[in-house]
Amino acid sequence: MTTETASYAAYLVAALLFILSLAGLSKHETSRNGVLFGIVGMTIALVSTFVTAADWFDSKYILLLLAAVVIGALIGLRLAATVEMTGMPELIALLHSFVGLAAVLVGWNSYLSHEPFASESLANIHHAEIFIGIFIGGVTLTGSIVANLKLSAKMKSAPLVLPGKNFINVGALVAFVALTIWFVIDPSLGLLIAVTVLALALGWHLVASIGGGDMPVVISMLNSYSGWAAAASGFLLDNDLLIITGALVGSSGAYLSYIMCQAMNRSFISVIAGGFGIEAPSGDDTDYGEHREIDAEGAADLLKNASTVLITPGYGMAVAQAQYPVADLTKKLRDRGIEVTFGIHPVAGRLPGHMNVLLAEAKVPYDIVLEMDEVNDDLADIDVVLVIGANDTVNPAAAEDPSSPIAGMPVLRVWESKDVIVFKRSMAAGYAGVQNPLFFRDNTQMLFGDAKDRVEDIIRAL
Amino acid sequence: MKIGVIKESSAGETRVAGTPATVAQLVKLGYEVVVESGAGVASSFTDEAYVEAGAATGTHEEAWQADVVLKVNAPTSDEIGLLADGATLVSLISPALNEALVDELAQRNLTVLAMDAVPRISRAQSMDVLSSMANIAGYRAVVEAAHEFGRFFTGQVTAAGKVPPAKVLVAGAGVAGLAAIGAASSLGAIVRATDPRPEVADQVKSIGGEYLKVDVEQEASTDGYAKATSEDYDRRAAEIYSEQAADVDIIITTALIPGRAAPRLITEADVAAMKPGSVIVDMAAAQGGNVAGSVAGEKVVTENGVTILGYTDLAGRLPTQASQLYGTNLVNLLKLLTPEKDGQLTIDFDDVVQRGVTVVLHGDKTWPPPPVQVSAAPAAAPVAEAPEKVEKAPANPLLKWALLAVGVIGLFFATAYAPGELPSHFMVLVLAIVIGFYVIGNVAHALHTPLMSVTNAISGIIVVGAMLQIGIGGLGADNGTVIGVLSFIAILVASINVFGGFAVTRRMLSMFSK
Repeated sequence: MTTETASYAAYLVAALLFILSLAGLSKHETSRNGVLFGIVGMTIALVSTFVTAADWFDSKYILLLLAAVVIGALIGLRLAATVEMTGMPELIALLHSFVGLAAVLVGWNSYLSHEPFASESLANIHHAEIFIGIFIGGVTLTGSIVANLKLSAKMKSAPLVLPGKNFINVGALVAFVALTIWFVIDPSLGLLIAVTVLALALGWHLVASIGGGDMPVVISMLNSYSGWAAAASGFLLDNDLLIITGALVGSSGAYLSYIMCQAMNRSFISVIAGGFGIEAPSGDDTDYGEHREIDAEGAADLLKNASTVLITPGYGMAVAQAQYPVADLTKKLRDRGIEVTFGIHPVAGRLPGHMNVLLAEAKVPYDIVLEMDEVNDDLADIDVVLVIGANDTVNPAAAEDPSSPIAGMPVLRVWESKDVIVFKRSMAAGYAGVQNPLFFRDNTQMLFGDAKDRVEDIIRAL
Repeated sequence: MKIGVIKESSAGETRVAGTPATVAQLVKLGYEVVVESGAGVASSFTDEAYVEAGAATGTHEEAWQADVVLKVNAPTSDEIGLLADGATLVSLISPALNEALVDELAQRNLTVLAMDAVPRISRAQSMDVLSSMANIAGYRAVVEAAHEFGRFFTGQVTAAGKVPPAKVLVAGAGVAGLAAIGAASSLGAIVRATDPRPEVADQVKSIGGEYLKVDVEQEASTDGYAKATSEDYDRRAAEIYSEQAADVDIIITTALIPGRAAPRLITEADVAAMKPGSVIVDMAAAQGGNVAGSVAGEKVVTENGVTILGYTDLAGRLPTQASQLYGTNLVNLLKLLTPEKDGQLTIDFDDVVQRGVTVVLHGDKTWPPPPVQVSAAPAAAPVAEAPEKVEKAPANPLLKWALLAVGVIGLFFATAYAPGELPSHFMVLVLAIVIGFYVIGNVAHALHTPLMSVTNAISGIIVVGAMLQIGIGGLGADNGTVIGVLSFIAILVASINVFGGFAVTRRMLSMFSK
């Protein structure tokens, strides 16, 4: 057994553990083991790589390596420990950008080292791989940064609409292919810089032209891109572990995006290509009539007299940090013998499963947190529906108005229940920029104000 | 300001405009309340109960001299004389039918709010007296019919033989009609209902009735009330009523068109066709009646033994409840008119509700108000047939197989001609993609976020690449220092990913509990 064969064997074990990790993560019962598998796999991969590196390199480089890992680990653990659960989407977007950055740097290193090659065709392939790696990495890097900025509201979430944006995207791809061919024929640092800039610009434009409401799909798409970036680096470095892991992440991320696209009734291709952000129609002057208001006491009364209550949270709950009072309310109602369930729209929040994480944080039992499809047919039997900070996901226009920009998107049909109470800060339109006729229905009452305060008021009134 | 609650003067009126419960709410709004002595007796509210709720009791004159006078029925000429100059009167007025009364009121410096002129919009529902009274009346109509009807409503099979259920026809599915349908069906009767507005079919069904459709084109209602109907419609509807009259045991008619005489729905021939012992309740008797032969306020028995009830005080026959609901409607209106809760009544003409109820403002006649569009009406959004979903042409299976074959062949040649280690890399890549796809195929939706953060941590594996590059400068590669620095950065950020990703996933998963 040489160091080389040992490390190869270690990579095989690590790859298997990663597969088990992803498989474990698909069920609650096995999810914790899944993470454990992932950690063990990663440890094996890192240790064996470290041994290889220690075998190859001078000790000063090894010290540098250790320093980088330790600093990175400290920053990572600190981020993980301090992040608010409501800030998860931003953090994950940021982490994706790190993978993108690493992929770009690995690509650059690979060029700069000017390795000798056995044959010209191998050298050509190597150069093409450098370009592919840098390109995917660059797109992931800036795309994730834009997603992070949009999610943390440091950048306007409305889609950027440049004239001929599809032309820009396709043009960038064509330019990339042309640059790659040129680089294979005549490698030069200038071309390397050019392709890096091109990739960064494309990543920026792709995500900037997607509206904030579609961020769950974008995050999952970037997740997939970061996997492909790792896989591309694997080709570059002849490293099977990187290829396997990258491909696993890439394909699972793509599949996840596909599931989400179906939930939003969007075309998968248009998401991958970016720029499926819809323009919010302006000047919508349809008269929806008057809405009714209710106060916290009134809402408490309705809840007291109900026997079944459904809660549909949305991004507004995350913004107001209302998950704890909501959990408290749930407990109080359940103690009274009222049946409480949660109906979660697949794209509620800014991250797939965002609401589940928040509710779990507040200790809402996960067996009463149901998916849209599980609750939609029973909504007619529900006495009171509390819509907390959700808007587009409960918009009847999606089901009834074919001219609506969100037409055809599956929504929670809360309006079929007996009473709907909508927690909202104002009558402003939702993320999709579409007015919601739900607010003007006869069985809907609005409870204005900060969701957290209002829920606490209701708890007090109970 | 002072509010006066009047003892009703009209004969047979049992309701009162304020109950102890609503009076207490008026006091909370900052008003001083005087209740005429004995005002609540007919509704079973004693003077003591009012005093306990924070009101004072007073004489007839004292109550009439208040700044705001609350009443159920429209005032008589004598009563108008009792009002103080500049006072506000709130009661039922029926301004559309009582033009003369409105003119008379406008001769004095008064402000008059007609409770029966509340626009039918969602926001004003809490003040809609017509709805709250109609609800009670509809219920009571069934009770009255049951009282006159010599049989069970529900069907029964007993040792003494089988009892068929009663069949009830309710004409008009407005608030009163729906209340009647609900009450009759909960007593066990078979209930059918007619209404010119096809959009009420679901409402009828939801409370246990069967909607009889008149198959004639009919405009949808835009203001929430029924409209006069077309000739074709009337002919077909008349046929339905004739058919039904011969079949049903009880008919309850509720058809009213605002500002007009009630439409005649049941003709003499229809009544004659009914079985002896049948009962008709004509809830529109006061407005001329839906039924031939009904007399307002009277019970009439026809030659063939059909009882026609023309009671006009159906709501008043449940006085306690009716007063409570009417009083609450008044409180809701006063809440709207007293935004500061300081006992000062203000009227804002920009608000369609306040504009609508005000028939006289400081001696100026302001009736009729500009029309209000009702949100409840589906006219604005015709129930569009769900758009035919553009079915994606089912992918031609042959094409699908062909594409797959082309893909596989393409992959085959790409791999076969690829130099160096590329073929084995391709194999690894393709297999890993397929595994990734299957492994998360059934992921629970709730776990999307943890899954994503774990895949994110795993994609930090790229750190391995940077680790294997950091020292190559020392092995003779070019640009050793630059590579060292770049690798250092790459390792650092990728490590953040690896450690941060796993840690945050663990943190998240520890929160999921059953």
